[in-house]
Amino acid sequence: MIAEIDISLIDWSRAQFALTAFYHWLFVPLTLGLGIVQAVMETIYYKTGDEFWKKTAKFWMKLFGINFAIGVATGLILEFEFGTNWSNYSWFVGDIFGAPLAIEGVVAFFMEATFIAVMFFGWNKVSKGFHLASTWLTILGATISAFWILVANGWMQYPTGMGFNPDTVRNEMESFWAVAFSPVAINKFFHTVLSGWIIGAMFVAGISSWYLLRKREIKFALSSIKVAVVFGLIACLLSIWTGDGSASQVAKRQPMKLAAMEGLYEGDNGVNLVGIGILNPSKKEYNDNEKAFLFKIDVPIPKLLSYLAFGKFNEYVPGIKNILEGGYKQPDGAIALSAEEKIARGKLAIDALSEYKKAKADSALYANKADSIKIVLAAEIENYAETVSDDTGATSQALTADELFSGKTAEIQTKIVNSRKQLDDNFDYFGYGYIKEPKDLIPPLSLTFYAFRVMVILGGFLLLLFALATYLSYKNKFETKRWLQWTCLISIFLAIFAGQAGWVVAEVGRQPWAIQDILPTSAAISKLSTSSVQLTFFIFLALFTILLIAELKILTSAIKKGPQINEQ
Amino acid sequence: MDATYIFLQHYWWLLVSLLGALLVFLLFVQGGQSLLFTIGKNQTQQKMLLNSTGRKWEFTFTTLVTFGGAFFASFPLFYSTSFGGAYWVWILILLCFVLQAVSYEYQAKHGNLLGKKTYQIFLVINGILGPVLLGAAVGTFFNGANFIVEKQNLTDLANPVISSWKTSWHGLEAAFVIWNVLLGLAVFFLSRVLALLYFINNINDDEIRKKSRKQLLIETVLFLVFFLTFFVHLLIQEGFAVDPQTSIVSKVPCKYLHNFLQMPVVLAVLLVGVVGVLFGIGKTILSQTWKKGIWFAGTGTVLTVLALLLCAGWNNTAYYPSLSDTQSSLTISNSSSSLFTLKTMAYVSILIPLVLAYIVYAWRALDIHKITSKEMEENEHTY
Repeated sequence: MIAEIDISLIDWSRAQFALTAFYHWLFVPLTLGLGIVQAVMETIYYKTGDEFWKKTAKFWMKLFGINFAIGVATGLILEFEFGTNWSNYSWFVGDIFGAPLAIEGVVAFFMEATFIAVMFFGWNKVSKGFHLASTWLTILGATISAFWILVANGWMQYPTGMGFNPDTVRNEMESFWAVAFSPVAINKFFHTVLSGWIIGAMFVAGISSWYLLRKREIKFALSSIKVAVVFGLIACLLSIWTGDGSASQVAKRQPMKLAAMEGLYEGDNGVNLVGIGILNPSKKEYNDNEKAFLFKIDVPIPKLLSYLAFGKFNEYVPGIKNILEGGYKQPDGAIALSAEEKIARGKLAIDALSEYKKAKADSALYANKADSIKIVLAAEIENYAETVSDDTGATSQALTADELFSGKTAEIQTKIVNSRKQLDDNFDYFGYGYIKEPKDLIPPLSLTFYAFRVMVILGGFLLLLFALATYLSYKNKFETKRWLQWTCLISIFLAIFAGQAGWVVAEVGRQPWAIQDILPTSAAISKLSTSSVQLTFFIFLALFTILLIAELKILTSAIKKGPQINEQ
Repeated sequence: MDATYIFLQHYWWLLVSLLGALLVFLLFVQGGQSLLFTIGKNQTQQKMLLNSTGRKWEFTFTTLVTFGGAFFASFPLFYSTSFGGAYWVWILILLCFVLQAVSYEYQAKHGNLLGKKTYQIFLVINGILGPVLLGAAVGTFFNGANFIVEKQNLTDLANPVISSWKTSWHGLEAAFVIWNVLLGLAVFFLSRVLALLYFINNINDDEIRKKSRKQLLIETVLFLVFFLTFFVHLLIQEGFAVDPQTSIVSKVPCKYLHNFLQMPVVLAVLLVGVVGVLFGIGKTILSQTWKKGIWFAGTGTVLTVLALLLCAGWNNTAYYPSLSDTQSSLTISNSSSSLFTLKTMAYVSILIPLVLAYIVYAWRALDIHKITSKEMEENEHTY
């Protein structure tokens, strides 16, 4: 058995979760995006009765099916990993976190599972209308499932709608609506689903471009592109809007993540947004005198970070150093505590919980003991009264015993009340109690910083690409622009990369927290041997990689075969 | 404790049990996989088998996921204790379900890297291991597991984990308890029985039907041997009872027998279920033309498993007994979510009949057209 939780266990548990999430997110966005594209195509078929659109939709559905299975497989593992590798987490917040997962199953997964079967196998078995409805319900189910899992993720970033119950030693839900419609969750849902739409649109545009480069399936490719690029353009525009919302949520609730995204050590009023930059590798500590950047170029609009974060150009944005040292005024007017103060208050909360539990146990034990002692005493007193004629002696003795009990009971009660108060007063910092030193509160900086740049720059590039592709496509000039076709094909990978980078910002940027401020990953894990988790990590790595290669080979083989539409 | 809270804990145990019962019924998909090479003697036959039970695999999978989600939401202490502790059992279950998720879609596709046969072997592996492991895991609901729950640990900064496992096998030790293994094998042979009944119902092919009817008798005998041994032992074995006043858990002889006798409705559900299973199988064996066996045996399976799981958790019973520390045993009362969460989730559960209704509707719409060799030859979407 392990005496003390080992750092490597935490790291391997995180690595395993990250690995599964990474693979899951290779497949899911394509499901979300491609699902809409194929449903739109089938709708055109339904409206026009044109067999061409039926075959077009069916071809994309075939690719959808190949991709769907492996997304489902990795999703199953993610759900169960909360239990297998994050056991403490599952108890500590399961009362809140389990609900969206259950709703996801009941409301979304069954819808998906039921109607995907009709979508694939029902072409000649059900009516056209029922089939179209099934195609839309499949993607609706997938999207609803995204909503509930992102509600769960949003809650980890911004825990709300709950209270801590020291008797059960867990957080308990107090408002379902606060959890389900927290601004962080809603924003996260739209931003994430839109990123899936972008990937789906890019996939369709890119694969279609490949046909154009090969000079085959021309009508199919151009028609598919027309649907995809408009869809992609709309998704890009909306995702800029939700991305902006997401940044302001992060600024309000996770200032450390924002500082890491920007490589901002020293905060200021009216801070610029970094466009591109290279972090200084010789900066080892947040408070040494090294420069943060070797090189950086800000976005030419001055004070943009302050504006994006708080809606005001001159607003103060704290840096890493400020967040750890405290003392600045926060948006709500309160003065920020230093990391050391937060850690101290976290320890007070944990101590108080310990005291509370002990006092409660004492109280139960004492009540039992007192009862049995009182019975013995009562008998003793009776004997005493019989042997001693002086009645008053016996009475005073009995009183003393009662007083003794009431004194002890009152003492325990005071302990319960006081420790409860100390816990409630400091609970907001509960998780800080597990943090060893302030610098442990800084997330991996370069990963967060560069991932953020990758996401934003690629997102901007994709917006321009979709705008241009839409224009040329509707001017009927797409077919001749080979460079654009190449760009679209390559951009499938760029879109996927941007989506992964977005998740790195969200998840690496919030380290060390499993639940912001309440529970660090170090206190969230299961008690396993590191070697067990290493073994499962490598099993999953090998399995997922083999299945990914198989998926890609099947996809490319299906693409090479093509939709087989007679275009004459 | 609040009466509403007690009611909701029982209600959620009922829902989780129902999901578990539906899962066992839907394991007919796994049964079909394990019979792929036993019944299917040529490529066309195998393709028909795969497209019969295989087109329902997503329901089994989704039911497993929802079972997990619902258990998490309603009894989170089980989720944290069992999954984090019996690590290897759950990881093995997950791995074999991952194989299933991709294999149907990939096995018949060009460029699938590992070859058709490999994916079909994956399906057979999932078809065998899936039911055996799930059955053995459910066996621990009656036969216990080696864990300790100490909530006070959260305040120990060096080692804050609440639930800990007391064997280094992390769940694999359950395989050394014969009664768990018996239940696993019973579930396995049941899944094969159900698969055969489904083939008979769903595939329009004389040879497959004939072979399925023949195989049915063998599988039924094996199922009954394992199930009855498990069941008779269950009735006489010691169980873990919890005192509703003091919450103290203690061992009681013949606890599960008493549970059935003290809960006559559950006993009735069990008996109706068993009769349903036996009738569905028996009439199929006796009549050469009757094809509806799956619906009787399927409904019977759901009822029987439901009754068994209710017997594990209701009537002041610890549904996850701890062999390491009796007082750590999980009961529906000490492991459940808060009153608020159970209530909120109860509102969500109102949607379940709607979900069942559209599943039945869509299922029927597809199953009106039986699987034929002609459909397999047409160039449509098939597995």
